[in-house]
Amino acid sequence: MPAVSKGDGMRGLAVFISDIRNCKSKEAEIKRINKELANIRSKFKGDKALDGYSKKKYVCKLLFIFLLGHDIDFGHMEAVNLLSSNKYTEKQIGYLFISVLVNSNSELIRLINNAIKNDLSSRNPTFMCLALHCIANVGSREMAEAFASEIPRILVAGDTMDSVKQSAALCLLRLYKTSPDLVLMGEWTSRVVHLLNDQHMGVVTAAISLITCLSQKNPDEFKTCVSLAVSRLSRIVSSASTDLQDYTYYFVPAPWLSCKLLRLLQCYPPPEDGAVKGRLVECLETILNKAQEPPKSKKVQHSNAKNAILFEAISLIIHYDSEPNLLVRACNQLGQFLQHRETNLRYLALESMCTLASSEFSHEAVKTHIETVINALKTERDVSVRQRAADLLYAMCDRSNAKQIVAEMLSYLETADYSIREEMVLKVAILAEKYAVDYSWYVDTILNLIRIAGDYVSEEVWYRVIQIVINRDDVQGYAAKTVFEALQAPACHENMVKVGGYILGEFGNLIAGDPRSSPLVQFNLLHSKFHLCSVPTRALLLSAYIKFINLFPETKATIQEVLRCDSQIRNSDVELQQRAVEYLKLSSIASTDVLATVLEEMPPFPERESSILAKLKKKKGPGAVSVTELEDNKREGGELNGGGDRGPDTAAMAASNASTPSPSADLLGIRSAAPVGAPPASTGSLLVDVFSEAGPAAPSAAVNDDGFLSSAPPSEDPAPPLSEADELLNKFVCKNNGVLFENQLLQIGIKSEYRQNLGRMYLFYGNKTSVQFASFTTTVSCPGDLQSHILFLNVQTKPVEPLVEGGAQIQQVLNIECLTDFSDAPLLNIKFRYGGALQNLTLKLPVTINKFFQPTEMSSHDFFQRWKQLSQPQQEAQKIFKANHSMDTEVLKAKLLGLGTALLDNVDPNPENYVCAGVIQTKSQQVGCLLRLEPNAQAQMYRLTLRCSKDSVSRRLCELLAQQF
Amino acid sequence: MIKAILIFNNHGKPRLSKFYEHYTEDTEQQIIRETFHLVSKRDENVCNFLEGGMLIGGSDYKLIYRHYATLYFVFCVDSSESELGILDLIQVFVETLDKCFENVCELDLIFHVDKVHNILAEMVMGGMVLETNMNEIITQVDAQNKMEKSETRQPETIS
Repeated sequence: MPAVSKGDGMRGLAVFISDIRNCKSKEAEIKRINKELANIRSKFKGDKALDGYSKKKYVCKLLFIFLLGHDIDFGHMEAVNLLSSNKYTEKQIGYLFISVLVNSNSELIRLINNAIKNDLSSRNPTFMCLALHCIANVGSREMAEAFASEIPRILVAGDTMDSVKQSAALCLLRLYKTSPDLVLMGEWTSRVVHLLNDQHMGVVTAAISLITCLSQKNPDEFKTCVSLAVSRLSRIVSSASTDLQDYTYYFVPAPWLSCKLLRLLQCYPPPEDGAVKGRLVECLETILNKAQEPPKSKKVQHSNAKNAILFEAISLIIHYDSEPNLLVRACNQLGQFLQHRETNLRYLALESMCTLASSEFSHEAVKTHIETVINALKTERDVSVRQRAADLLYAMCDRSNAKQIVAEMLSYLETADYSIREEMVLKVAILAEKYAVDYSWYVDTILNLIRIAGDYVSEEVWYRVIQIVINRDDVQGYAAKTVFEALQAPACHENMVKVGGYILGEFGNLIAGDPRSSPLVQFNLLHSKFHLCSVPTRALLLSAYIKFINLFPETKATIQEVLRCDSQIRNSDVELQQRAVEYLKLSSIASTDVLATVLEEMPPFPERESSILAKLKKKKGPGAVSVTELEDNKREGGELNGGGDRGPDTAAMAASNASTPSPSADLLGIRSAAPVGAPPASTGSLLVDVFSEAGPAAPSAAVNDDGFLSSAPPSEDPAPPLSEADELLNKFVCKNNGVLFENQLLQIGIKSEYRQNLGRMYLFYGNKTSVQFASFTTTVSCPGDLQSHILFLNVQTKPVEPLVEGGAQIQQVLNIECLTDFSDAPLLNIKFRYGGALQNLTLKLPVTINKFFQPTEMSSHDFFQRWKQLSQPQQEAQKIFKANHSMDTEVLKAKLLGLGTALLDNVDPNPENYVCAGVIQTKSQQVGCLLRLEPNAQAQMYRLTLRCSKDSVSRRLCELLAQQF
Repeated sequence: MIKAILIFNNHGKPRLSKFYEHYTEDTEQQIIRETFHLVSKRDENVCNFLEGGMLIGGSDYKLIYRHYATLYFVFCVDSSESELGILDLIQVFVETLDKCFENVCELDLIFHVDKVHNILAEMVMGGMVLETNMNEIITQVDAQNKMEKSETRQPETIS
């Protein structure tokens, strides 16, 4: 007998549905629906009370209309009324309507909650289940407030029917997900965990979802579930296929529950208890063994269910990543599936292998399947499977097979589905960079990438190739030659023109010796692409042209003519026009020397995380890509605040050469203020300006005896300095401006200037939230005897405002005088209230002894004479240490200049070494300092030697500086 | 977690839609259209899983579907679910419908949408699986039908 008899439906409903189905057009359908909606509305509004049957019929019609995609804005009240009916059919349709249509209309929720309350206490299991379903479907906060304490009781009560227990478990899970703060498991924890032992498999099935979710959030409290899950799993796995009766699905005992048990175990590390672990390993082995047994049925459902368990078991093995034996078995099993005729299994095998590839035990085993995977990439008919194959190739790539994999991915790109091309391009670019042994291969690969899939090559990719070429002089000539050849193709992608323009503009001279690529040939080649390009590319080309004028004076006339023609100099695009005008002028008035300085080769880019990698991560979401960071292999992050992420944009290319990267170039992320671009070596005049600013003279009365600055000292004690305070301090040894500190609430920026033994520091406190900070106070203190060494003068033009509005920034000015040399840094304590909570943090102010350096120029002879004079052992401090940052010459120079000393050329007989000289100005005395830094690029080590007229200064400077390189 | 269960026919007409997370009605309709678009253009005998739906959950989101005669059964799930397990679940759902309606066909779903919802509610609740045992599900549905019958025997008034 069919469970649902087809005859006794509602006739009116059937007629309506048939009408709709007979509608010939969308318009007719809408017309019929509107007619029906009007009818129902009038019925609901009519004076005559409707009986339950009619209400039910109309609510069913509304549901049907809703399913067709029409808004339903009435009927809710009628549905709520149905809930309080005593008839099952009416109650049930009411609940259905609400679960489909109501989300969190607060007016109604109260009424619904009332009905639910009645049903929950009715002790009628059917009604209870309906009510629990409704809570689980709507899951609003108000429902959680009303029922969160009641449901655990129902769940664990001894007299609750199994079906109600099942519903209660999932209902509780839903409430926990929406309002975890309201669901307090505490006393129930152990009884809930023990549901894993329940006799009724349905109860276990429902409970395990709840327990898994709770375990993820509170692993410690639910730890006991591990042993229970293992024993339950073991009983299922070892049971005969008929033992579990109805829970046996196509000869597989309880496949769904087995999968869920294996998932639950993946929330925890391998069991510590040897017996439990042994039992689990046995289970996993049994599951792997069963995969090799002949199937008990030919039906696809049988193998499906069996493999569902197998894949979960493999996931658990990979998750544990501790049993080499099981890992290799898992890998072999997946290898079999790679060639299985079921597409689903091939897909899942590729997916699992991707995670297996990152395990050190199985990485090699995974690699043996490379040919199969490449074949899958080439021949699979299903794009989902090809995508998985590409992911796996990416995951299994290492130095040994990178060339093969990159080549295969490139050739796949030519025919790849549009939907995955961009991601493929990023992956190829990353692998090529990560595993490049010789950089000509890298350049070839990227240029191929642009040739094959130029449209999908994002900015990041071509920025990156330029960054790498600029930073590695061994590849520049090759890059110029290759890009020159690539540009000769009759149709080449605009991205190729960009790379070509940039590289030839920088390094065209390296291939100019060959008459086939003489300067004029290069220029004509580039210019032949000009008219086909977009504005940004044209702008880049114009910059390349002006660089050509510098590289090859013989092209000057030709290029000037191009710049002078109306289509450039009167171009309707302002950027192009401006460049044409400026470059033309520059080329005609500047002397060769000036031109050579302005258009000098780009300085190396500071290294940061590869922008491509960042992009791929963003695309795939965090955690989705397993990548060992590129930096591992090649280079360490630089400390410069230059724009590593920024592409080599064309304006920077033309202009940035004027100044070597200066550590104090404008880098304030904070919103205020004009740039303070002057490097410290030449700050003299600037400082005078700053110091003569209209601010009132320092009111010396503001200095209280204990050195505190605050106008309203807060009652709470200042917090101890942040653990990272020293690290933050170290960042500012060689620079004067920047962001000192930042968290989710607050950003503190610093600008500072020093002259002789005086300094002025501007602190910018930015409120990053949209909420006001109250009682904002700042205090500067000098720990220990520091106050006798440095003196601070509070010259705030007004006291720091106690209120900092959301998004606002306030400024504070400190004047500093160095009385005598010092080692510790002054402390800055900040207190404020954010949403009532007191925030209290203490930082070290980046005032270090080197800030009071005056550079001293001297000849080689003078230097060594002074060096010898400072020959007492305590006057010298020396440290040999490993390089922590880039050893690049320009970076080092910039840091040494940032230190405040004079960097002396032609002093040290070894040109690799750096020597500096300066005088530290304090009020009481002057301390002469000499510095010598000897890099050893091969060993990635430095030797740093300092000789100063005062021994404490030598030691302190040595400590400070050893952190900088 | 199962985010949504959709049934539509070969022309994209929805026959059942059940969302376990809150979306606006417009988004729900968009999800149905997008899902149909993604699923319907796939060949037979490709795999039953696909990614690429943008509207639910982003990258941690898969469509797992089966195609039976005129109907697509699509489960939208996140990565906490076993793909093959969900395929089994779809099979259990369909077999249960088949038993309850005796050779279920598209028309049964159209005319008895409330019944289909009830059957589904016995299997999946709040996006989580409540019961996988077909006999247990059918027992529950039978019990409901009995109650329904006993109530319709004495209609209160004539409509």
